[in-house]
Amino acid sequence: MSLNVSTENKMTWTGAKTIVDPQRGIRRGAFYVAENRIRTMLKWWPAIIAFGLGNPTLYLLSIGIGVGSLVDKSLGANAIDHVSYLTFLAPALLATAGIQGAMDEVTWPTLEGFVWDRTFFSMNSTAISGKQIANGVMLAAMARCVLQVFMYELCLLAFGAITVQSIPILLLVSSSAGLGFASIMLAFSASIKDDDNMFALVGRFIITPMFMFSGTFYPITSMPIYLQWIAWISPQWHATNLGRALSYGMPIEPWLLIIHWSVFLIMALIGFNWAHRVFERRLSA
Amino acid sequence: MGTTNTQGRLKVAKNTDAETMIVATNLTKTYGDFKAVDGINFTVRKGESFGLLGPNGAGKSTTMKMIAATSQRNGGDLLILGKDPNKSGPEIRAHLGVVPQQDNLDRELKVWENLMIYGRYFGLSRKFLKGKIEELLEFAQLVEKRNSKTEELSGGMKRRLTIARGLVNEPEILMLDEPTTGLDPQARHILWDRLFRLKELGVTLVITTHYMDEAEQLCDRLMVMDKGKIMAEGSPSELIKKYSSKEVLEVRFGSDNNATVAEQIAGIGERLEILPDRILVYAENGEKALEEIVKKGLHPVTSLVRRSSLEDVFLRLTGRTLVD
Repeated sequence: MSLNVSTENKMTWTGAKTIVDPQRGIRRGAFYVAENRIRTMLKWWPAIIAFGLGNPTLYLLSIGIGVGSLVDKSLGANAIDHVSYLTFLAPALLATAGIQGAMDEVTWPTLEGFVWDRTFFSMNSTAISGKQIANGVMLAAMARCVLQVFMYELCLLAFGAITVQSIPILLLVSSSAGLGFASIMLAFSASIKDDDNMFALVGRFIITPMFMFSGTFYPITSMPIYLQWIAWISPQWHATNLGRALSYGMPIEPWLLIIHWSVFLIMALIGFNWAHRVFERRLSA
Repeated sequence: MGTTNTQGRLKVAKNTDAETMIVATNLTKTYGDFKAVDGINFTVRKGESFGLLGPNGAGKSTTMKMIAATSQRNGGDLLILGKDPNKSGPEIRAHLGVVPQQDNLDRELKVWENLMIYGRYFGLSRKFLKGKIEELLEFAQLVEKRNSKTEELSGGMKRRLTIARGLVNEPEILMLDEPTTGLDPQARHILWDRLFRLKELGVTLVITTHYMDEAEQLCDRLMVMDKGKIMAEGSPSELIKKYSSKEVLEVRFGSDNNATVAEQIAGIGERLEILPDRILVYAENGEKALEEIVKKGLHPVTSLVRRSSLEDVFLRLTGRTLVD
């Protein structure tokens, strides 16, 4: 590459005032951010599909069928909620898939956007606001979440753990849990200065206990009362319980239905509000 | 932040020949007790290439962020493209091009994709962008690199890509924060050539730098900043004429002797500047000044006569050198 001055570039130049309508960015900023996130995700689509289908398959083979046959053998068939152990397990696994799928797409990308590549700062140098960046990241995360849950459902269907009719409602429940939890994680990730070990801590001390103590493998009533509070504050349990009630008709108090949905809604409201503030503040510092 | 004030200035702006792009009046930004930008005034007109020159921590980048409508001012008034950034940030940003000090390219995307997504942020159509990207790759001399990932690019290439990205919306003002810091001389020259071309296109440029040669090459008009304040303003040649002599004689007598020698040669030239490693003698005629020194029986280890530069202006204004 030399200082070749003769390669005269024919740059056309009409000017931003003519070609850029500021209102477009102001109205659709979040969608442009989501478009970018999805473009990046698509670079990993084989991995997304492989994990999306492979993970549940292995899980269902080992726990669902392996542990399931043990449970059915020792307790008798359909001992819990009058359904097979696999059917009992299915809504819990879907809740995990929803929460994990959404979370993966808000945590690392947010750290990348603020710290590693600082791409959020470049987005913010256009008409796009901090709020819209937060919304756009979440929008893309929800696309991933829905896809992940749906792929899991296909596996569950193949194993005969769920019915075709329960697919939409379980998708809604699991994605709602994903939305609630991920919006809190979005705000939390945006608050991290530069330490990526935080996610390892979150994984060990929040995600894993949430998975273990939320009635995933057995009803929470089998746990001592002093451990049950973990389930009450865990979106995983709320999604699991709600999913069981709405898919195979586990008996449930009507007021509990309202509580379950409210938990997702409240988490989302708190998370978004917090995230919007952190995004705006961090970008304008 | 009175509106009457703002309107008053708008009227003034209309009276000038060229369209006014930026008007800052008593512009202030504080972080806690620290005044990063301390009540500065300046105007940038259409087609102008305006430079902010000063050492690290002078308040250049903070000023840039306020002009880029991403950081809000705490005091004074600021009008960019006729709008107040504290109220109309997104509208203003839609028509600006920003090249930040730290490259913030998307490492997961290819070179052309970086241009595409950035164009999409402005709401530009993919069809328009397809053509635009070709032009920009050509301009940034990155045609062969279009499918590379950005981490495979050299520092100079990354910088050119960031500049190309900043041009995707054909901005009214292109803002460059230390465009060549950290680049080798050849990469700098390629970049200057590209920026000069933009100037010819009539793009308004706002550039911060702590390199005087860069400021001299690229800027029609400069403001010299230090500690959040403007020390001087004018074209490079005006500033040199006003704050320095025509020539400078640099003499070295060895680090231990400079101070004592300086006493003996006081009165030679218009002014002396004693640095740790050398003495600068500001004079209309450097050779003559050297003769006078030799006549006093003093023999410098090395001597050099050169023209005054912005570095000398800065030294005169602040008592410090620009880099470190």
